[in-house]
Amino acid sequence: MTLTIGLYNYWMVITLMMIGLYTMISRGHLVKKLVGLNIFQAAVFLLYISMGFVRDAAPPILEPGVERYSNPLPSVLILTAIVVGVATTALGLALVLRIREAYGTVEEDELHRLDNEF
Amino acid sequence: MEHLQVLVVVIPLLAAPLCALLPGRRVPWLLATTVSWIVLWASALLALEVREAGVLTYELGGWAAPWGIEYRLDAASALVQLLIGVVAAVVLPFAGTSAALEIAPERQGGFYAALLLLVAGLLGITATGDAFNVFVFLEISSLSTYLLIALGRDRRALTASFRYLIMGTLGATFYLIGVGLLYAMTGTLNMADLAERLPAVADTRTVHTAVAFLVVGICLKIALFPLHLWLPNAYAYAPSAVGALIAATSTKVAVYLLIRIVYTVLGVDFAFGQLAMSSVLLALAVLGMLTASAVAVNQPDARRMLAYSSVAQVGYMVLGLSLASVAGLTAALLHLMNHALMKGALFLAMGCVAYRLGGTRVSDLAGLGRAMPWTMAAFVAGGLSLIGVPLTVGFVSKWYLVLAALEQGLWPLVIAVVASSLLAVAYVWRVVEIAYFRGPARDGVREAPWSLLLPTWVLVLANFWLGVDTRVTVGLATQAAQALIGAAP
Repeated sequence: MTLTIGLYNYWMVITLMMIGLYTMISRGHLVKKLVGLNIFQAAVFLLYISMGFVRDAAPPILEPGVERYSNPLPSVLILTAIVVGVATTALGLALVLRIREAYGTVEEDELHRLDNEF
Repeated sequence: MEHLQVLVVVIPLLAAPLCALLPGRRVPWLLATTVSWIVLWASALLALEVREAGVLTYELGGWAAPWGIEYRLDAASALVQLLIGVVAAVVLPFAGTSAALEIAPERQGGFYAALLLLVAGLLGITATGDAFNVFVFLEISSLSTYLLIALGRDRRALTASFRYLIMGTLGATFYLIGVGLLYAMTGTLNMADLAERLPAVADTRTVHTAVAFLVVGICLKIALFPLHLWLPNAYAYAPSAVGALIAATSTKVAVYLLIRIVYTVLGVDFAFGQLAMSSVLLALAVLGMLTASAVAVNQPDARRMLAYSSVAQVGYMVLGLSLASVAGLTAALLHLMNHALMKGALFLAMGCVAYRLGGTRVSDLAGLGRAMPWTMAAFVAGGLSLIGVPLTVGFVSKWYLVLAALEQGLWPLVIAVVASSLLAVAYVWRVVEIAYFRGPARDGVREAPWSLLLPTWVLVLANFWLGVDTRVTVGLATQAAQALIGAAP
């Protein structure tokens, strides 16, 4: 029970991570690569947030009579990582646009061929 | 003055948005150059202070470690910080002339802003003593690098930048996973605190997994063979000044991070003794030294050749640090500094060539020995240092590396170092031969302007000066190596 249900979040982390990595490796379309990267990063966000969970604990807001709080730090850390992820995606998409303007394609195989033509 | 430790990071960070807002070309350049010189001055002062005091600590916002973020400067980080200061202070004056030609007028402000962000990110990685803070600075420097590479004139700069974006983000995220797993086991992110708490939980699968993620993630950033595929095009097609700056600093800072994680956080006995990581790193380093050097020999583009040579040179550094001895670590740190000086000089020389020719195809370099004598002389001098000829810095670090290998009786490593150096002779000679002994240069090719030659020659002369007078560099590197090994539990 604990192995499957109790660690459900972590199984999902691993599944998402693999889906993301596989997409990045197997897909030639640059936008799909970015989507894969995003799924991969989301898995890591989930990993961090799951870590902060404490059983039978209150949200981390000081209140009289409450002794057990969830750990707020991982969520705060991942807030930073999400911002970084958004910036990376934005920059990646901007690059895809520029590549499309310069090459007329966003398929990796064709880009590779065009790069080696010179 | 007590705030200098944090100001050295904060000043370029704050100057960057200011740069982006400033109009024209001259004003942002002046600001960026001034900031880079302030950084050099500050990092030199800090290095002097560290030499006396050993370790400097600073609590951000007055929050005590391990709760607050602690900035921690020891000999190793002061050394890398000084290196970034020197390279930035030389490359930014160079950028004034080269970027005027290579970057569109309306993008000048943003260009210098990104350069300053890159410098701030790299300095931040060395300044902080907090494992998560490293990730943030790693991403600041990486994001600005992707942007800067994409500004290159060749359209291949775009695909190179995209590839680096995917690989670099993957590496940084791996690092993030590793830090998260360590946090789950120890409940702390402060490096010194982590080092204290890790031994109690070291023999768990979570920590082993964390180590794997950390090392692979950082090795992606180092471009250790076979994780180097993003590097050659990124260095070759970036704008000249950017190529020189990242070739001299980026991978070096990643090597520093690997040293920091392995020696300070994990402890060398655990990482290299128990997990036998050193044999993996050693094998990859040697393979990288030989294959990347061999591939460099046939590159049609001179800057791409230098980039492959960088992959090989990173092998020397990883080789030194995986020997796990004071001598090996000293050699790694020395080569980290020295390689930055020689590759910086070589990339700047190629920047001068690109300024006049518009590119650096090896076949286009014919006759440049006469047409651009100072530029090609700088290339030859840098090349000698790359090969490791006595009286240059390249010789000093290879000498220490060979001594460190012999100390442990590892003869085959010495042969590998010599073989890789011989391959360096081959690829440097190929360029020299075409530049000096082949037909006349294209009509109208003149010597590069002095505003490009001066920074190039400053680095070239540093190669010889520090190759003869090794007191400062070897002193700092030895002090850093002893502190790192001694600090290991």
